[in-house]
Amino acid sequence: MSAVLTPAGPTVAAAHEPPRLRGRRVRPAKILLSVLGLALALLWVFPVYWMMLSAVTPDAVLRSSTPSFLPVHFTLTNLRSVLTDSGFLNALGMSLMVTGLALVLVLVFAFFAALAISRWRFRGRKSFILAVLFIQMLPAEGLFIAQYQMMSSLGLLNQVVGISVLYVAMLVPFTIWMLRGFVAGVPIELEEAAMVDGLSRTKAFVRITFPLLAPGLVASGVYAFLQAWNEFTTALVILPAESAQTLPIWLRSFLSASANRGIDWAEVMAASTLIAVPVIVFFLFVQGRMTSGLVSGAVKG
Amino acid sequence: MTTTTGETATSDGIAIRRRRKPATPYLLLIPALAALLVGLGYPVYWQVVTSLQEYGLMQQFGAPPRFVGFDNFARIFTDSQVWWVVARSIAFCLVNAGLTVGIGLGLAVLMRAVHGWVRIVMQVTLLLAWATPLVAAVTVFRWLFDYRTGVVNWLLVQLGWESMAGHNYLETPLQFFMVASFIVIWMSVPFVAMSIYAGLTQVSEEVLEAARLDGAGPTQILWLIIMPLVRPVIAIVLLLQIIWDLRVFAQIRLLQDAGAPVSETNLLGNFIYQLGVGQQNFGGAAAVSIFVLLLTVVLSAPYVRYLMKEDVA
Repeated sequence: MSAVLTPAGPTVAAAHEPPRLRGRRVRPAKILLSVLGLALALLWVFPVYWMMLSAVTPDAVLRSSTPSFLPVHFTLTNLRSVLTDSGFLNALGMSLMVTGLALVLVLVFAFFAALAISRWRFRGRKSFILAVLFIQMLPAEGLFIAQYQMMSSLGLLNQVVGISVLYVAMLVPFTIWMLRGFVAGVPIELEEAAMVDGLSRTKAFVRITFPLLAPGLVASGVYAFLQAWNEFTTALVILPAESAQTLPIWLRSFLSASANRGIDWAEVMAASTLIAVPVIVFFLFVQGRMTSGLVSGAVKG
Repeated sequence: MTTTTGETATSDGIAIRRRRKPATPYLLLIPALAALLVGLGYPVYWQVVTSLQEYGLMQQFGAPPRFVGFDNFARIFTDSQVWWVVARSIAFCLVNAGLTVGIGLGLAVLMRAVHGWVRIVMQVTLLLAWATPLVAAVTVFRWLFDYRTGVVNWLLVQLGWESMAGHNYLETPLQFFMVASFIVIWMSVPFVAMSIYAGLTQVSEEVLEAARLDGAGPTQILWLIIMPLVRPVIAIVLLLQIIWDLRVFAQIRLLQDAGAPVSETNLLGNFIYQLGVGQQNFGGAAAVSIFVLLLTVVLSAPYVRYLMKEDVA
């Protein structure tokens, strides 16, 4: 079949290796590669699996010399003890407040800015985009000392407002960039057609354009949420007090506290799992957008 | 490039708006600009000023900072310890970025070659690793490499490497960085693999068909047709990895908690943290921070240029 479909090339290469085709016959190379792919997938997923498995295994079993690789000792004790830990609940509340405040501000600010740069051509537009793109690359590690000083002189260390302001500044650039793609994707002609039909500019925007932008706002919002929710570096510096810890900072001190009594890995993994699972679920929603946003500049503007 | 923008501006709808309400876009930009100025602009300004001042414990207690010119930079960059940190950061960055892109490229090519359902399994597992929050990931790796009951040591012993029982990886700098690299690579390969795979799927079937008709074998098609076509994507992800791996801070900080020798395992970010938050030497910390920021801006320039081209297109 292969010989019929593919004219054998005159090259030597074609002689000892039949050219690839869409033939249905099983090729051993493909099977070998598939096995390799599965092995690598297993290797990659193992840490996540191990985290979740350890979370539902009693600590005594984890301390035994032979690990078990299946959930044969299933228990919810670890998860329950983390969920009733006052430190965890406190950090959860703090994370919700910080992320919530930052998220609302980021979305509003970035949405306005995205409208401006994709619906108008104005002097300074290009410089603004350039600045935004450079700013989103700046590492928190190069700024946190100054931010610490600023917040400490304003008395905003350990305050929700202080860290939220920094998160807004950190997240606004990429969110503008992401939303810009969505806004540009809604043709202005739609809005103009509605205006010809008698709607005012504002009404046309609210009734026609805004609903079409909703998916974009959700995707950008989830992305910004994940960034703020997972943020570690700035929170470590700006929220030094134990009562002001967000979840990532709390997990770190939970592990350190546990280390004093020989690390209860079951509880620590239960805490990690509780922090990771919601993030993973949200992440899966927006993943496609993120890849294209970072690499191919999202939708063409 | 400016001419392109000019042309777009004169085209229908947009130009009408511009004539009617020239102030609107500026008003819309105010909130975002204000947030950037407060959250990033002022800190950068403070950093520049402070890096030119003597700003230590005395100033914390009210003494006015003294202008010292480039003394902080001179002191910092004649300190051999600082150069060790810089060298270590660059080495760590290049090794990890190289390995990440290499492994990601390999996985992307592999995903093209395997059965459909295997590819989906691979994509899902990669996504899971990508989605895991950093702090949770480092915590899991500490558990995997735990010297007493970690599964890695158990596995090595089972494979006949008896001396690995109770081996503590995080005590010696080199093995500390090995574990840190595992974490960094594990977390960043998914993005690279998915991006390159997305690039690979853009290679049109006609091109490959033509190559086959001309007698190219699978290996030749891979190296002579596919690789040149996806080279731009590879370049961009490599650049991004270099920028991101240069700022590795949290992984190191969290692994140091396990009792690693701090001064021998610090990377740039950790060094700044130690200098500023630990020793209250704000002048020195500001000087190193400015160095990091400048390095980032220089490295980001090609990426930003690439994105701007996308904007005009």
